[in-house]
Amino acid sequence: MKNSIVIVGATSGIGSALARVFASRGVGLILAGRDEAALQSLSQDLLVRYESQSCVERFDALAFDRHEAFFEACVKRAEGELAGVILCHGAMTDQVEAQEDFEKTRLMIDVNYTSAVSVLNLASNYFEQKRSGWLCAVSSVAGDRGRGSNYIYGSAKAGLNAYLQGLRNRLAKAGVPVLTVKPGFVDTAMTWGLVKADSPVMASPDQVARDIAKAIEKKKDVIYTLWFWRWIMLIIKSIPEMIFKRLSL
Amino acid sequence: MAQGVDATLSGWGQYEQETCSVFRPERRRELVETVQNGDQPNYIARGLGRSYGDSAVNANGGVLLQQRLNRFTGFDPAHGVLECEAGVSLEEIIEAFVRRGYFLPVTPGTKFVTLGGALAADVHGKNHHCDGTIGRFVQSLDLLTAQGEVLTCSPQQNADVFWATIGGMGLTGIILSVRLRLMPIETAYINVDYGKARNLDQALEMFSGDDERYRYSVAWIDCLATNGDLGRSVLMRGNHADVSDLRSESLSRPLVLRPRRKKSMPIHFPNFVLNPYTVQAFNTFYYKRAPQGRRVVDLDSYFYPLDGVTHWNRMYGKRGFVQYQALFGLDNARRGLVEVIEAVSQSRQSSFLAVLKRTGPQGDGMLSFPKEGYTLALDLPNTGQRLTDLLRRLDEIVLKYDGRLYLAKDAAMTADTFAAMYPRLAEFKEVKSRIDPQCRFSSSQARRVGIVDI
Ligand SMILES: Cc1cc2nc3c(=O)[nH]c(=O)nc-3n(C[C@H](O)[C@H](O)[C@H](O)COP(=O)(O)OP(=O)(O)OC[C@H]3O[C@@H](n4cnc5c(N)ncnc54)[C@H](O)[C@@H]3O)c2cc1C
Ligand SMILES: NC(=O)c1ccc[n+]([C@@H]2O[C@H](COP(=O)([O-])OP(=O)(O)OC[C@H]3O[C@@H](n4cnc5c(N)ncnc54)[C@H](OP(=O)(O)O)[C@@H]3O)[C@@H](O)[C@H]2O)c1
Repeated sequence: MKNSIVIVGATSGIGSALARVFASRGVGLILAGRDEAALQSLSQDLLVRYESQSCVERFDALAFDRHEAFFEACVKRAEGELAGVILCHGAMTDQVEAQEDFEKTRLMIDVNYTSAVSVLNLASNYFEQKRSGWLCAVSSVAGDRGRGSNYIYGSAKAGLNAYLQGLRNRLAKAGVPVLTVKPGFVDTAMTWGLVKADSPVMASPDQVARDIAKAIEKKKDVIYTLWFWRWIMLIIKSIPEMIFKRLSL
Repeated sequence: MAQGVDATLSGWGQYEQETCSVFRPERRRELVETVQNGDQPNYIARGLGRSYGDSAVNANGGVLLQQRLNRFTGFDPAHGVLECEAGVSLEEIIEAFVRRGYFLPVTPGTKFVTLGGALAADVHGKNHHCDGTIGRFVQSLDLLTAQGEVLTCSPQQNADVFWATIGGMGLTGIILSVRLRLMPIETAYINVDYGKARNLDQALEMFSGDDERYRYSVAWIDCLATNGDLGRSVLMRGNHADVSDLRSESLSRPLVLRPRRKKSMPIHFPNFVLNPYTVQAFNTFYYKRAPQGRRVVDLDSYFYPLDGVTHWNRMYGKRGFVQYQALFGLDNARRGLVEVIEAVSQSRQSSFLAVLKRTGPQGDGMLSFPKEGYTLALDLPNTGQRLTDLLRRLDEIVLKYDGRLYLAKDAAMTADTFAAMYPRLAEFKEVKSRIDPQCRFSSSQARRVGIVDI
């Protein structure tokens, strides 16, 4: 399947919604993740729903030594013509639990940051050399400012943001766009029970997926989704540290 | 295991709120684990919550949302059979299959319901007089039972469980996946004949006169008009349009549904907005302005007029409303309908969304609602005790004429009333006690109407 897109973390709420958006437009997909049964059923869904072809590749974020083989397999699936890569895998464990258990902290950092860097290193070399294609990674508004209730997750996403900034700077010369996506709240398994599903600030995975697809098409650098988070985060970022540190956020 | 979240839930009528522990499994494995090992005393499946009362509500128990279990798993073009998980919505089926020349064999008046919910209520559509309920088009289904087993059921295999599940309101287990026969269509349009009936007698005459000529048939009925105008209606009856019926702009793409601009009801209306005077004025306006004669109308506008406004249920204010849907056999239909309409118009509580339809022969679902006759559905805003009194009065009329009420709409009937209306209840209970002896599946409604004990 030439010109196909890799969706890493395709079983996630946002990833599956993205898969449906692209499949409905006839784009070939490589669905990557660690739950093969779930990936297969997503692939079958896309076939029945949109008569769209996709294939499945195993990816475990924490198996760093297999990432290179994984990426090569994806390139092969695309017959050497990969169009783009989207990273949607992620993990958010409870802040207090992570404070008390370094393993949980490390897991969050490794899934959200280290593994993303590992895959993006490989993908960026590939696209830079080809002088084509694009990259997209789903980060979070949580990376814009550390908050007491969520800063371990936030710091991994902040690291990812800085990495993507640098990568964008580097790849601009090769004409390869790099998109940073900063969602606010999205109604997926990650937020179930934390935020009310019918809260007005909650976005559906479909809404977010449409925003992301549009931003990729328009070669944007950074988007907030839903749009109003840009303004919410602007306010949050502008609070002086002296005051911010006393707030319970 | 999927995480439960305490939340207050109600049905589409927003009539009574109950606290439930709500789960939303993303994958089948999580669902199975919760049913087997979950800490709630019992569970009920919930689709898109379009049943009006407490069918998908479980006070102080577990509610299992099905909407994320919505994968399509197969399509057999030779027989037009779709296989998918039960959390797929009818909207999703329409989106994927109308452009390929298939429509739902039966559809309720909204496409925002899940297939599982449609089977559990054994829904009927405007074609009931021709085609029966949706259960007739189910080749087979997979049911997750209380033991955590997956039981394949069809009219041939585990037939008793199948016919208990079709119309069984989620009380036999969770429908995981469905094989449904779709209906081939040539266009995404309906050829509709609009006709006015001056009163109930004329409407019944029109229905019984030539309903067979129309696959789809339904009437909007004015429940506030009295005396000579009692039961005045606008009939909307039609058939699938052929390509030759289309005008040039739709002709080039006969199976394409144009996206509709959606409006949303942003707030609950204050209670004074809907009062007998405004409703009566609306009804008169609607009746006078109704179209007459033949028109070609797209599927969305014909089948789902209300789906264009999301949250339209907020129109009835914060206190909510109930929908009362009664059915009378052919012999008693006229008398039953007249008494119901009179009781409603005397109480001056009715509202504008009332629907009259002729129904065909009864199907095989043990608790399925439709049998041959006429069914009337109307919205009644929650006016507290006045509404309760009216509902009891209406129940008496329905019982007197050997009619019945629809569980998918019901929010208030008593156990005695229910038992008198559903002669196959004992048979259903026998199947239930066999496949769910511990009563792992229960809902507020099931307890209220006495399908399960306690
Ligand atoms: C505007 C409007 C118009 C309507 N028109 C019609 C009509 O014309 N004809 C008609 O028949 N009905 C009609 N209805 C009623 C509606 O079709 C039914 O109530 C239907 O069951 C709603 O489906 P749901 O997915 O929202 O299910 P819910 O309301 O969430 O649940 C309904 C029942 O289905 C059960 N259930 C849901 N999913 C499963 C599953 N996977 N396995 C087992 N049980 C399950 C629940 O336990 C519950 O008992 C209408 C409703 C509205 C709001
Ligand atoms: N939901 C929100 O409100 C929100 C807000 C801001 C940002 N985000 C970000 O958006 C992205 C998608 O989030 P979501 O809410 O859609 O997530 P989700 O539904 O909870 O899914 C998480 C995904 O990460 C995958 N994953 C976790 N650990 C992994 C590992 N070790 N190896 C491979 N895959 C692994 C999961 O795979 P399995 O299916 O195998 O478990 C799953 O696909 C994440 O990066 C998240 O941080 C989400």
